[in-house]
Amino acid sequence: MERISKDDVKYVAKLAELEFDDKDIEKFTSQLGRILDHVANISSVNTEGVPPTSHILDIKNVFREDEIKESIPQETALENAPDKKSDGFKVPKID
Amino acid sequence: MDINYLTAHKLKERLIKKEISCTEITESIYSRIESVEEKLNSYIRLEKKNALKKAAEVDRIISSGGDIADFTGIPLAIKDNICTRGVTTTCASKILENYTPIYNATVIEKLEKQNFILTGKANMDEFAMGSSNENSHFGPVRNPWDTSRVPGGSSGGPAACVAAGEAICSLGSDTGGSIRQPASLCGIVGFKPTYGMVSRYGLVAFASSLDQIGPLTRDVEDCAALLNIICGHDENDSTSIKAEVPDYKKYLGKDIKNIKVGVPRELMVEGIDREVKEAVDRALKLVEEMGGSVEEVSLPSLEHALSVYYIIAPSEASSNLSRFDGVRYGYRNLEQKTLRKMYRRSRAEGFGNEVKRRIMIGTYCLSAGYYDAYYEKAQRVRTLIINDFKKAFGKYDVLISPTSPTTAFKIGERIEDPLTMYLSDICTIPVNLAGLPAISIPAGLSSEGLPIGVQIIGNILREDNVLKAAYSLEKAVGFTSRPELQN
Repeated sequence: MERISKDDVKYVAKLAELEFDDKDIEKFTSQLGRILDHVANISSVNTEGVPPTSHILDIKNVFREDEIKESIPQETALENAPDKKSDGFKVPKID
Repeated sequence: MDINYLTAHKLKERLIKKEISCTEITESIYSRIESVEEKLNSYIRLEKKNALKKAAEVDRIISSGGDIADFTGIPLAIKDNICTRGVTTTCASKILENYTPIYNATVIEKLEKQNFILTGKANMDEFAMGSSNENSHFGPVRNPWDTSRVPGGSSGGPAACVAAGEAICSLGSDTGGSIRQPASLCGIVGFKPTYGMVSRYGLVAFASSLDQIGPLTRDVEDCAALLNIICGHDENDSTSIKAEVPDYKKYLGKDIKNIKVGVPRELMVEGIDREVKEAVDRALKLVEEMGGSVEEVSLPSLEHALSVYYIIAPSEASSNLSRFDGVRYGYRNLEQKTLRKMYRRSRAEGFGNEVKRRIMIGTYCLSAGYYDAYYEKAQRVRTLIINDFKKAFGKYDVLISPTSPTTAFKIGERIEDPLTMYLSDICTIPVNLAGLPAISIPAGLSSEGLPIGVQIIGNILREDNVLKAAYSLEKAVGFTSRPELQN
């Protein structure tokens, strides 16, 4: 059985908020299948009792004081917005 | 010697002696850019006007007795995924084609304190995903040593422009080899510091547990000088470490008598070019002649590094790149009437194929039902890889390997076959997974006249050992070749 089907690819695309035409679905299904086949070889590695890496150094949570500092002015923050209205980002209707 | 081929430290001497002006240096760089850039495409954007203005300002500062620091008046190219205030930063993607950062990355702030000259924003693989610089929305970069070949990636632009004399040094980013592999393929020096030594604030994130900014330079001395500037804790990056930043230049010129070198068997991989292997063997012989000991060592888990990387890096990327939704910045398809359709069309049209491929792999590996088998399993195997390195560094000061298993390959040769392309980084990827510092330095030319790089890996925070070995080996190898690149 193939590791990943065209329907899987369509489903994952939906999760990732991407869209593909039929030709690309075909191509991605075969390419992703090959890549996943390759990386799945780690399933054979014995990792019993081995903890997953969370950080390569022994850094846990990093906290700072909750102080008010200078921040970016609203106008500047909106400079790169594709669409804006008065002092906010403007988006199409939320469905 | 041409001004545009000098090192930053040589230029500094000349600036101090008033033998040269910063304007002359900058003009010489742009005149070189104007003659070769059409062939190379190293830059996405040039900042000539601002650079010359800044150069004149620096000349005034110098003539009125101002300090000349290591990078004062030195033209540097910056990879286009490092934010520069007021200068478009595209990540070589259509989705950020018109993005102009409103702030500087921390590394840029640090360089600005020295009054460096920004030549322009260097080309790269889109979002730093690639090993050949063919995945750029602005076209591929060509290798100055042979323009039918790739410069490596993802920092292909930063490497090519330094190799071709279009900048004195550059900054790149390295997630799985993106500084070291192009440095190797272009015959220059490239360094990836210990994870957390350089602030990632203002670096557009690809895989946050692996990304690190680092220098690409013509020699190890410039590399150490750039590390002095860019390293250090930054409260704007929560993964930045509070380690003391030494003067890296003090490690240069120390002898490496008694240095213990391990050669990981797993990095002398199958499929490695014969000439690459011979160049690495020659380098190891030089280390022995300088009084070091060389031994083969096995790090069995490295066999799985590529698989672990191609689960972890895409997973982190799929999460990081979810921010590109056409709302706050970047490309938006303006025709869509509902939000979700706008997201999908904007992302489908804004991202290139390799970026989509990685978002898809990552989303799959993190999705319900597959998380344990892929992502979590990969993080466990990653621990084994880290443990193998820890064990090796209990015995050796540095590990030496090829940087890339092959010399520069032809443009188009691997682009339709992602898995073969991914194998280009087989020697560099394990280093990122373990957060280690590593350098690539030139080790010679192949019979086809293409550069070969050797990689020196150190333990966490042992940049000192890497620099010591690199500096001695650089002197012993005596690589002085330059690409011919006819005008």
